[in-house]
Amino acid sequence: MTHYAFYFLSFLAILSALMVVFSKNPIHSVLYLVLTFFAIAGHYLLLNAQFLAVVHIVVYAGAIMVLFLYVLMLLNLNVDAEPKNKTWVKVAGVLSGGMLMLTLIATFSKAETQALVQKDPSIGVTANLGKILFNDFALPFEISSILLLSAMVGAIMLSKKEAKN
Amino acid sequence: MEVIKAIPLNHYILLSAVLFAIGVMGVLVRRNAIIIFMCIELMLNAVNLLMVAFSAHHGDGKGQVFVFFIMAVAAAEVAVGLSILIMIHRNTETTDVGFLNKLKF
Repeated sequence: MTHYAFYFLSFLAILSALMVVFSKNPIHSVLYLVLTFFAIAGHYLLLNAQFLAVVHIVVYAGAIMVLFLYVLMLLNLNVDAEPKNKTWVKVAGVLSGGMLMLTLIATFSKAETQALVQKDPSIGVTANLGKILFNDFALPFEISSILLLSAMVGAIMLSKKEAKN
Repeated sequence: MEVIKAIPLNHYILLSAVLFAIGVMGVLVRRNAIIIFMCIELMLNAVNLLMVAFSAHHGDGKGQVFVFFIMAVAAAEVAVGLSILIMIHRNTETTDVGFLNKLKF
């Protein structure tokens, strides 16, 4: 059962990732990326990482992708206004990406053959992750709050219209 | 001890490698800066997925905490990057990365 779920979700993730790259309309790209993120969240659920699955959907599909859609709407980019690359640039890009994929697959397909064994299936629940987060990673957690604050201030600074004088 | 799936760890590595390579391909092929940005998100998520898989395999929750931090950094990155994009669009009326070649030489 989980076997089929894994391969279905992998197929869905790869297919929609390809559609992100190759669809003409940027809005469609964003929607396919949301689909990819849902597939990845399904993978997290299969790996018993429930907390991360929910956070992934909330943060990525809920916040980041809405931000992308807002920017596309704001800049009025929903028409296909992208200038075309030269054909050889496209072919070169696809070839280099494909060669990277080939190298990675050839490297890792012989790396390890043991099955994924979950030693402790309960590590992904919120209580255990919270204990790890606030015992071992309390300082990075606080620093990441400062990072988010500075990113917020920076975003507002950058996108503010400069005063005419 | 629980062999939940009998899915080889290999297949997670391969899936992440394919997703990462698709992201690289998108960065190389497309010229719209927003699409390039989305492909970078795709690469980040490929790495996240692999990290969660290894975390589950080794029974160590620290990997999942790391993924949590990566998500926080990605959110900050997206906020700043999209505002830079808006500024570029305001100044040049385009999001074409081929247009922004002043730093090239």
